[in-house]
Order: sequence, then C-alpha cells, then structure tokens
Amino acid sequence: MAEPLLSAEGLTKAYGGVRACAEVELALAPGELRAVIGPNGAGKTTLTGLLAGELRPDAGRIRFAGREIQGLDAAARARAGIGRSYQITSLFPRFTALENARLAVQVASGHSFGFRRAAARDRRLAARAEALLGEVGLEARAAVPVGDLAHGEQRQLEIALALAGRPRLLLLDEPTAGMAPEESRAMVALLQRLRGGVTILLVEHDMDAVFALADRITVLVGGRVLATDRPDAIRANAEVQAAYLGQDGGDGAETAPC
Amino acid sequence: MARLAREHGAGLLLGLAFALWPALAAALGLEWSLELAARILIYALAAGALNLVLGYGGLVSFGHAAFFGAGAYVVAILAYHDMVLGPVAIAGLEIPGTSDAWIAFPLAVLVAGLLALVIGALSLRTNGLYFIMITLAFAQMIYYLFVSLPDYGGEDGLSLFARSSLRPLELDDNLAFYYLCLGLLALLLAAKALVVRARFGWALMGIRDNERRMTALGLPTFRYKLAAFVLSGAVTGLAGALIANLTEFVSPAFLSWPVSGELLVMVILGGIGRLYGPLYGATALLLLEFALKEWSEHWQLALGPILILVVLFARGGLAGLRRPRGAGHG
Ligand SMILES: Nc1ncnc2c1ncn2[C@@H]1O[C@H](COP(=O)(O)OP(=O)(O)OP(=O)(O)O)[C@@H](O)[C@H]1O
Ligand SMILES: [Mg+2]
Repeated sequence: MAEPLLSAEGLTKAYGGVRACAEVELALAPGELRAVIGPNGAGKTTLTGLLAGELRPDAGRIRFAGREIQGLDAAARARAGIGRSYQITSLFPRFTALENARLAVQVASGHSFGFRRAAARDRRLAARAEALLGEVGLEARAAVPVGDLAHGEQRQLEIALALAGRPRLLLLDEPTAGMAPEESRAMVALLQRLRGGVTILLVEHDMDAVFALADRITVLVGGRVLATDRPDAIRANAEVQAAYLGQDGGDGAETAPC
Repeated sequence: MARLAREHGAGLLLGLAFALWPALAAALGLEWSLELAARILIYALAAGALNLVLGYGGLVSFGHAAFFGAGAYVVAILAYHDMVLGPVAIAGLEIPGTSDAWIAFPLAVLVAGLLALVIGALSLRTNGLYFIMITLAFAQMIYYLFVSLPDYGGEDGLSLFARSSLRPLELDDNLAFYYLCLGLLALLLAAKALVVRARFGWALMGIRDNERRMTALGLPTFRYKLAAFVLSGAVTGLAGALIANLTEFVSPAFLSWPVSGELLVMVILGGIGRLYGPLYGATALLLLEFALKEWSEHWQLALGPILILVVLFARGGLAGLRRPRGAGHG
C-alpha cells in the first residue's frame, strides 16, 4: 500500500474509568472510503474527535499527509485539510443555508480580518458557496433559514460545511443519523459521488449504507479495534458477528469492559 | 432606498432629533438639557462598543467600566499634570502633562485598548459565567487601584480645571462639545455598520452562534475574539475621555461595576446585536433615570420593574419593536 494519508498509532482516551478509545491503530490509504462501525458507546465519536483535534488523546500519535499532527489544534488540522461533520447537527441556526456555506467558504479562503467590504457582496465567496450547495443538492434551498430546513437537508448542509475547505480527508460522524429512509438514500448517493475524490472516514450505523460504500471496514468495540477488513470478510467474521452484527442495534455491548 | 429606510429609518430619525435638539432646546429655554443629551450620546458610544463583543461576539463582558474609567482617567491625569503636578520624570525623561485633546484622546484610546488586550488575553480562554466573573474581577482590581492612589484623588477623584482643547474646536463651548460627541458617535456607528457586515463581523457572529463549528472550519477563534475585545475596549476608552470632559471631573465611580452593569442594560434594553440598539437603550435608560429621579428619590425601585417589563415584552429590545425578527443585525 502507498503511504497512508492518515495513520494513528496507540490512540487512547479515557473518561474517568471508561476507556473510550484504547490503543486504536488506523491507516487510511489515499482515496479510500473507510467505514467505522461499532455498537453504541464503542468510541466512534471519540475517535473522530481525536483525529479532528477537538479531543486531546492520553496517548498515541497521528500522522496526516506525511507529518505528525497531534500537536496541532482543531483549527490548524482543518486548515491542513481535515474536514468534519457532526453526529448531532452543528450549524449556524440563525443564518440561511447560503450564509452558512458562505461563512464556511470565508473561513476556508484565508483570514477573516476584513473590516470594510460586505461579505455578502463578495462574488467569489458567493459563487463558491452556491457551488457547495449545488454539490450537496441544496441549491434550491439557498435562501431558507437553517431552522426551516428539513432534518435531512440540515444533514446535507452539514456535509457542505465539511467540504468548504476542499479537505483531503473527511471525517463523517453518522451522516444519516435520524434520517428517513428516503433522505438516507439521498445521503448515500451523495457519498457515492464524493468517494474517490476525497479520503473518507465514515462512522455509520446504517449497515446498508456501510456495505454499499465502504472499501474497508473497521469494527470498534469497547474502544478497541476488533477487526479491519474488506466488507465481505467483515460480514463473515465470527468475532464481529458475536460482538456486533448479530445483535439488533448492538446495545448489549455498550458497557463492554476494556 | 427603501431598504435603507427600513434598516436605518428609526435610528437615523433619532440621530436627526439629537442633531436638531440644541436649536430646539434653545427655542424652548431648555439649554440645561444639553448636558443630559451629551451624556446620552457618550453612553451610547460606550454601549455601542460593548455591543460589538456582546451582541456580535456573544461575549458578556461585565468589566467595561475598566475601559470607560481608564479613558476618563487618562484625560484627567494628563490635565492634572499639566495644571497642577507638573511633568513626571520617567527614566530620566521629563514627561509633561497636557490638556490638548489631540494628544489626550488618542492616548485614552490607546491605554484602554492595551488594557483590553491584557484583560482579554487573560479572560477570553474562559466561557460563559466564568468570563463574566473574570472581566468583573479585573475591572474591580482597576477600581481599587485608583481608590488607593492618593496622588490622583483616591476615592474623591480629580477635578479638571477646564475641558480639553481640540483646536480649532473649543470644547468649553457646550454646543461644540455636544456636536463633537454626536459626530464621534455617528462616525463609529458607521464604522461598526461596515465591520459587522464584513468578514470580521461574520466571523464574530459565527463564533457567537457556534464556536465549535467555526474552529472545525479552521478559524483560530481566540484571536478574533481578542481583536473584537480590544476594538471594543478602545472605543469605550474614547467614550471615557468624553465623559471626563463632560463632567470635568473623574472619580473611581467611573470604574465601578454599576457602570459596567448600566452599559449591559443599555445594550440589552436597546436590542442585543442591533446597530442602533445601544443608542435606543442609552436614550431610554438615561431619560427614564432622569424622569424617575424628578419623581422620587427611590427611583431605582421603579427602574427595575420597568426594565423587566421591557425585557419580557419586547424581546429583542427596543430595536426589535419595529422589526420583530431581524436577520441578526441591522
Ligand atoms: N465527554 C465525555 N465524558 C464522559 N464519558 C464520555 C464522554 N464522551 C464519551 N464518553 C464515553 O465514552 C464512550 C464512547 O463514547 P462515544 O460517543 O465515542 O461512542 P460512539 O461509538 O460514538 O457511540 P454512538 O454510536 O452512540 O454515537 C461511551 O462509554 C461514552 O459514555
Ligand atoms: Mg457517536
């Protein structure tokens, strides 16, 4: 395999007595779409937080695009090319879809110490923001305040914000969370369009989506990596079945000891 | 044109009223009211500066009296050295005082801005309630510092012998001073209208509404909050320089927490994050105080319930009365 775009070694994070992530090893090849699955509380969101720089690991190293990044804070990692979306929608609720996208583009396009020119009049920002909305299928909803968007549309906008900085790596934390089946299918189609162009780490509960999209799957249980393999191999893996796939929703493994 | 009228109509109208008031007051024999009107303009300037961090940045500073008082003391101390104490020797250099506003006002702005830089750098790492308490604590420290400086009047404060001179303007002329206050307020309101619509304003509003997301997008939020805090402190210092000239007297009361509280009330009353909100708020609060004082010496008892009613029934403050649901600014 070529040098991985992202690799993590021994990533560990504990909350009190709970080891949310325990010595996690991870290597994402450029262009790969990697799904991360695991029961509730397995540490998937914690792992995204550690990679994005929002959480400080207790131990471990992260390399991205050929350099160590564990010393960089979240903003610096974003500028280095890591975009992310949140499991719980995290937008600017008072602004319209276009204003949300434009703000994201503004941040991505350099510093924000502009004091005179109205940002709304900046044609370059607007053009790129409109293109972003088009990419996620929201162009017709540009003028709608975020609060008035349907849940599925908010999730699409969440992806648009993650894409604003033209990231090389996308960390997507359950993009289909809370979606109706129809909306879910639209999201899978969107991810289908994105794959290949950008390396993606996709945390997902929806197994149809996972098996439709993933090049490889990492199974996390109790903060530990149980297995990393191709989808068909994961499906056939007895350990994985026992720990996760066999159980409905996997709630039983929530308090897995580590 | 219609958009201009909708967005600025009420604010410009009130501004026009302030511009015409001296003539009207003279005709009605109400010259004494010029002092009150100038006080409103000066507080509107300070509250407008607070509104930048509070309304657009979401930073509840309970310590803006520090910048207000610092601006006032810079003017007063320089004048005091000019008139009474004589030059100070610092590192072998004889530094004279001055009553020249061209020197004293920019220095007031600079000192207040530097103070905001220090206080902001130390307090902006915290959030919410902690930020409120820390800004309050810093302001109280400055307050006690000046209470315990006998050279500069201590608790009793300092009197100015005359207003600063701003050649060719004579500030001892009440009318000239009034129009200086109005002009500076208009200038800084116009500047703020630009700033909050520019990239900087959007970054601030983004931080206010979702700092975590702004960080994830790649914005180093701390330096933007700090920049806003410094700008806000500097302009508040200018307001302080004006208030020292209005009253021709400064005391630690300018640095005390009730001033910080009053500024907060003005912003909230007028409409948080609304361009003209602080002007409405300062006008309403100071007129109300004035009227209630005439009516009873226990005026503060009546002020509380009135403020609560406004906050309950005019959410979005006075600026929100006309336009119930604004786009976050305007
Ligand atoms: N801030 C926190 N404080 C304390 N414990 C936490 C915190 N965040 C996560 N945890 C714990 O760490 C473990 C992993 O949580 P995490 O949110 O990473 O799981 P997850 O795999 O994303 O779960 P889900 O599928 O429900 O989203 C859980 O036991 C959780 O209770
Ligand atoms: Mg999660």
